[in-house]
Amino acid sequence: MSATTLPISNGATAGTAMSTARTRNAYFTEIKFECLRALRAPAFSIPFLLLPLVLYVLFGILLAGNMSHGDSTVAKIMFVNWAVFGVMGPGMFGFGIFVANEREQGLLTLKRALPMPNGASLLAKLVMVTLFAAIVMLTLIAAAVAMGHPGLSFGQYVGIALLDIAGSLPFGAIGLFIGTRASSKGAPAFANLAYLPFMHLGGLFYPLPKSVQPLEFISPAFYLDKLGLRMVNAPSLDVLSKIQGASSAGGPLLYVAVLAIVTLLFTALAIRRLARVG
Amino acid sequence: MNCACLAELVGVKKSFGKVVALDGFDLEVRRGELLAVLGPNGAGKSTAISLMLGLRQPDAGTARLFEMPPLQIEARHRVGVMMQEVALASELKVREHIALIASYYPDPMPVEEVLRQTNTLALADRPYGKLSAGQKRQAQFALALCGRPSLLFLDEPTVGLDIQARTIMWATLRQLVHEGCSIVLTTHYLEEAEALADRVVVIAKGKTVASGTVREMRAIVGRKRISCATSLPANVISAWPGVQSVIRDRERLEITASDADSVVKRLVTSDSQFSGLEVRSAGLAEAFTELTQEVTA
Repeated sequence: MSATTLPISNGATAGTAMSTARTRNAYFTEIKFECLRALRAPAFSIPFLLLPLVLYVLFGILLAGNMSHGDSTVAKIMFVNWAVFGVMGPGMFGFGIFVANEREQGLLTLKRALPMPNGASLLAKLVMVTLFAAIVMLTLIAAAVAMGHPGLSFGQYVGIALLDIAGSLPFGAIGLFIGTRASSKGAPAFANLAYLPFMHLGGLFYPLPKSVQPLEFISPAFYLDKLGLRMVNAPSLDVLSKIQGASSAGGPLLYVAVLAIVTLLFTALAIRRLARVG
Repeated sequence: MNCACLAELVGVKKSFGKVVALDGFDLEVRRGELLAVLGPNGAGKSTAISLMLGLRQPDAGTARLFEMPPLQIEARHRVGVMMQEVALASELKVREHIALIASYYPDPMPVEEVLRQTNTLALADRPYGKLSAGQKRQAQFALALCGRPSLLFLDEPTVGLDIQARTIMWATLRQLVHEGCSIVLTTHYLEEAEALADRVVVIAKGKTVASGTVREMRAIVGRKRISCATSLPANVISAWPGVQSVIRDRERLEITASDADSVVKRLVTSDSQFSGLEVRSAGLAEAFTELTQEVTA
């Protein structure tokens, strides 16, 4: 053992109280390393950062651009819809898989035994999800601007970016809930079970047939998409395609309320589960 | 905190379904001691530790940590923990893991100091996922120490370590106790408990079977081990009074006897070829086996 210069232990002396600055530093450090580990996990970061960009350029700009003959309404819809798709993944999979892994591998238990500040781990993951959503939005906006696509104003780009970054939270809450219930092997499957229907029922890629439209309401993507389209003054795909009985009921307040309720409900269920079983 | 007891369980009961893990169990961790908690698998060791750390709540009885409920964060500010089954984020470097855990404490050691004192400088910039099993244990030990704890919970800390790393860890544990830190050690390596522990508690079926110093535990078992080279057949010696077992190992016999003096005298008089005599007191392993067999029988 090498010579020591500092005592390793505080011995039995009374512990020092945690200062506000140190508590703040603990939250900041947790957030910093949560983001760092997610960015360093290629299996997570590459699909969720690159896939939305590639798919948007391929289908939203090149393919839809050709088919719509430069119709700016279609371009706006494509941008809004692919942005919603882009922020769904980090939320559902980032939370879901990471939490399931940490729970199963004992890391959450260790952190509960250690004096981790209350909610630091949850807050860190929340910030990680919004950081990924922000990166996705930046790449999509960069692609849109570079290819002169939807022709949105600066304010509209900022508005959509902020909306979708905040809009990643309900998906994060659902992912968190899945992560607290499923095993690490089961979490990706359960996340997909929610992710794929949400994506398709959100009406992001094609106008939904009338028979399926009643199911749109179960998808948070549907509400987020409606809010985004409203922000850029564009109709949804089913309205654009003049499907009879297109579901455009409800206003922005209802959409925001639904997204907020989904976020709070699933977060509360997940926190309750974590508090009981860790 | 002025009392000598840093953590305690008083009359604790804990069941999982129909399985009773702890049944009116008492345990106290005193100031500046290394307490080894021993017991067979399923004895209730892990449950006892998890109650002390606030990871579980007792069905009955009380758990206290620094005279506070264990869930109180001020109590846990003075605790370091090394768990057996935990996988840290594989993407983060050892140095980063230490910085993260150290941030939870009011007065942690600087990261470089932690690395130096736990002999993990060479691992500092390696991702945790790239470490061997033994290196991961070393990194986890560093995490347990980084907050300069007054009470350290170590669950099988030396599993997977090579001899050099184990020696360093033992030396660090002795230094910690010397500085006044209390340590709760659960281990299946009885020689580890024998080498380090000031006090041993043996648990079986959710109850304390025995408690005391290593010397006191050995004394519980009055048997001694006699090892010698003799031409006498093992079955002849095993019939002698006071002999409990005889095992032949090539030309040597390993005799366990409750009355070692009489057996040695008889060996000397019965065999002119008798040589290489060694007599040892029973170790902690024998005491542990005997104590837990009595309960589980």
